[in-house]
Amino acid sequence: MEAFAALLDALVYTRSRNGKLALIAAYLRETPDPDRGWALAALTDGLDFPAVKAGTIRALLMDRVDPVLFKLSRDFVGDTAETASLLWPDNPAALDPPSVSEAVAALSAMTRQSVAPALAQLLDRLDVNGRYALIKMATGAMRIGISARLAKVAFAQAFDVPVEDVEEYWHGQTPPYGALFDWAANGGPAPRVDHIPTFRPFMLAHPLEEDAIERDTLDMADYAAEWKWDGIRVQIVHVPEVDGAGPGGDTRLFSRTGDDITGSFPDIAAAFREPAVLDGELLVRGTHQGGEEGGAASFNALQQRLGRKSVSKAMLEASPAFVRLYDVLLSDGEDHRALSWEQRRAVLEGLMPRLDPTRFDISPLIDAASLHDLAAIRERARDEAIEGVMLKRRDSPYVAGRRTGLWYKWKRDPLLADCVLMYAQRGSGKRSSFYSDFTFGCWDGDPDAGAELLPVGKAYFGFTDEELKWLDSHVRRHTVNRFGPVRETDKSLVFEVAFDSIHESKRHKSGLAMRFPRISRIRTDKPAHEADRIETLRAMVTG
Amino acid sequence: MADFSWIRAEAHGLHVAPANAWIDPADPVETALVTHGHADHARGGHAQCIATPETLAIMDLRYGPPGAAQPVAYGETLSLPGGVRATFLPAGHVLGSAQILLEHADERVIVTGDYKRRADPTCPPFEVTRCDVFITEATFGLPVFRHPPIGEEIGKLLKAREANPDRCILVGAYALGKAQRVIAELRRAGYVEPIYLHGALERMCRLYEELGVDLGELRLIAGLPKAALAGQIILCPPSALNDRWSRRLPDPVPAMASGWMRVRQRARQRNVELPLIISDHADWEELTATIKEVNPGETWITHGREDALLRWCALHQRRARALALVGYEDEDD
Repeated sequence: MEAFAALLDALVYTRSRNGKLALIAAYLRETPDPDRGWALAALTDGLDFPAVKAGTIRALLMDRVDPVLFKLSRDFVGDTAETASLLWPDNPAALDPPSVSEAVAALSAMTRQSVAPALAQLLDRLDVNGRYALIKMATGAMRIGISARLAKVAFAQAFDVPVEDVEEYWHGQTPPYGALFDWAANGGPAPRVDHIPTFRPFMLAHPLEEDAIERDTLDMADYAAEWKWDGIRVQIVHVPEVDGAGPGGDTRLFSRTGDDITGSFPDIAAAFREPAVLDGELLVRGTHQGGEEGGAASFNALQQRLGRKSVSKAMLEASPAFVRLYDVLLSDGEDHRALSWEQRRAVLEGLMPRLDPTRFDISPLIDAASLHDLAAIRERARDEAIEGVMLKRRDSPYVAGRRTGLWYKWKRDPLLADCVLMYAQRGSGKRSSFYSDFTFGCWDGDPDAGAELLPVGKAYFGFTDEELKWLDSHVRRHTVNRFGPVRETDKSLVFEVAFDSIHESKRHKSGLAMRFPRISRIRTDKPAHEADRIETLRAMVTG
Repeated sequence: MADFSWIRAEAHGLHVAPANAWIDPADPVETALVTHGHADHARGGHAQCIATPETLAIMDLRYGPPGAAQPVAYGETLSLPGGVRATFLPAGHVLGSAQILLEHADERVIVTGDYKRRADPTCPPFEVTRCDVFITEATFGLPVFRHPPIGEEIGKLLKAREANPDRCILVGAYALGKAQRVIAELRRAGYVEPIYLHGALERMCRLYEELGVDLGELRLIAGLPKAALAGQIILCPPSALNDRWSRRLPDPVPAMASGWMRVRQRARQRNVELPLIISDHADWEELTATIKEVNPGETWITHGREDALLRWCALHQRRARALALVGYEDEDD
């Protein structure tokens, strides 16, 4: 428990991602089984002890500390677990920290009747940091910024195994992940995953280099072209009812990061009953992308359905979702990932008649003899509001991550607007001393006739380190107001802001929201009153 | 007549009426008795200033020569107008810090200023003295504040230095008292390397040395190349921790020596990676133990978390009240 408590503490104070990875990796390497597995589960909120509630801790404290002093302390500290760990009487004579496994076993064995004395006994054996770790683990609310993805990357780093494999094997395992550690740390056999709906890492594309476009170096005979649809990339997985999968099997929808988003899209999940793993773009029915034929609404329409734990019937009817399929990874018990794209495409086409056509269609291919032809077709993408085009090598296997030379994305050119810097905020981590988060705005009319600036977006990248230094000093020299960590500037600096699209939004006073805004140039040459007006941006709105 | 009406809490300090003297006044006054040199207690501009020689030297350094300075040694008793006697006693807070014992009409009142009960190589320890009214601070007056032994925290600092040979450890520490105590404790732990300073800490460290506190070899970082500072311990004022100034250092591990570091969110707000729970104030155990030991008829609480200490006094059947003095703040301790 001491090592785990030290790890938790260090994670709380470490801001950089690499720093956190190194800490977790070192812990996983140095800690024996099954402690490290339980700790990993605790870090990723994978443990649940029904007998221990937040109220349990409070009640335990009330028996030992005056309630008024407890409340004053809790108000000051702001966290019940931490307050309890600090207030619990130190008992150096009883100090005998349990191992993580011992603590987990004890917590699992607790009942509503036994929890008060049993938990107290554990707390007595720990020092202040140990108590904090135990209470956090017991109540299952770590909230220390460790995502499942970060934990997997740390696991891969700890044992020098490919993170794609970790992703693939992880899902089927339960704490303390014995088989997973045996495979990664001891070279044991890879855990079996074919009977559970597991996420497989996506194959990703590189942006097409300007150079390749200009010199037309890609031989289009080797590549297939497709539209790049503007939805979210999903993987849909179904396993039939075998080996303990639910009745009728189990279907899962995963986002690009491997997050399970099945709950937000029950309409899709219910319509998929083929034993397969498919890769596609999740879209909402509409005419915005690709017209009647394209049949997809804008990304904005899809966004209404994202991030919801449950979806209302009205929403299911108003925004029916479907998946436009790009690829097949597995089907009918066969793993196709080593096959060529062309062979997989044939498998996918063969699968299509078995799928519900209202929920699934196949991403059509674009005929283009050369990159120049494709460029002309891509020009049209702006009108049809598609994100761009994709190029896939016909002989490419399906490999996790971004491999050079196999898949390319060729996005349409970004939109540009000249905006005025209004507010700046300090960044975090390495940028913690720099003003690096910028809010910028456009004029709501003629600036020479008294128009005002309204914020239209926020960006924190797009500039070089040198430019960042310059921007930081600009902000410091041009501050007119401070609101906590935010500085208001004198609104004299113009940015050329690049963004993928712009939408109506009720969130901002300007009524507009940009997608992927970034600073493309610092326009010291341009006076602020010549920056763009809201009406100019409004004319760029799509969907 | 035991009513203590001769000493009153006014908006800007404690007023001793018969002597027309103020203790730690926030505004310039005719006669000021100053407990210690921290800026929230010692201010410039008084016509006459009574304090320990060390406190007067610190005030001289910060504000220039005071109007009329009257030094009082620890244990020395001074007669003030109106039949008031004042005795300065060690408070163990920082160099020169004193409790002030005031006697008038057979009544004894102690004003602690700020104090702690732990050993500190840079100043003499707090002396427990009998009194009728004990006027105490309560900066860390919540039961969550239990400062660990300083040896443990210094150990954490030395361990972090060893674990990060390519980085420097940048310790934010209050310029008066905390910085010198951290240095002295590092020396006591056997650390003999030069310790590096932000320019703002230099004069106070030099003054401590002049007043007989040995701090070992100190160096300024100004003008040194980044590489020379890798693996070193550097002290700076807390405000410099996240300042542009720190960009000249080799990937600093931000540390902070403060009692507030006991609470994780406080440390995170400061962007601190290495919280060092080192305080020059009494923690909860020290505050309550001191009240028990001094065993006054009444306890008055000047500043800090007075609600909780009042509650403790009530639970232990002790007469107490909060004075709600304004202007004493110790966010950086």
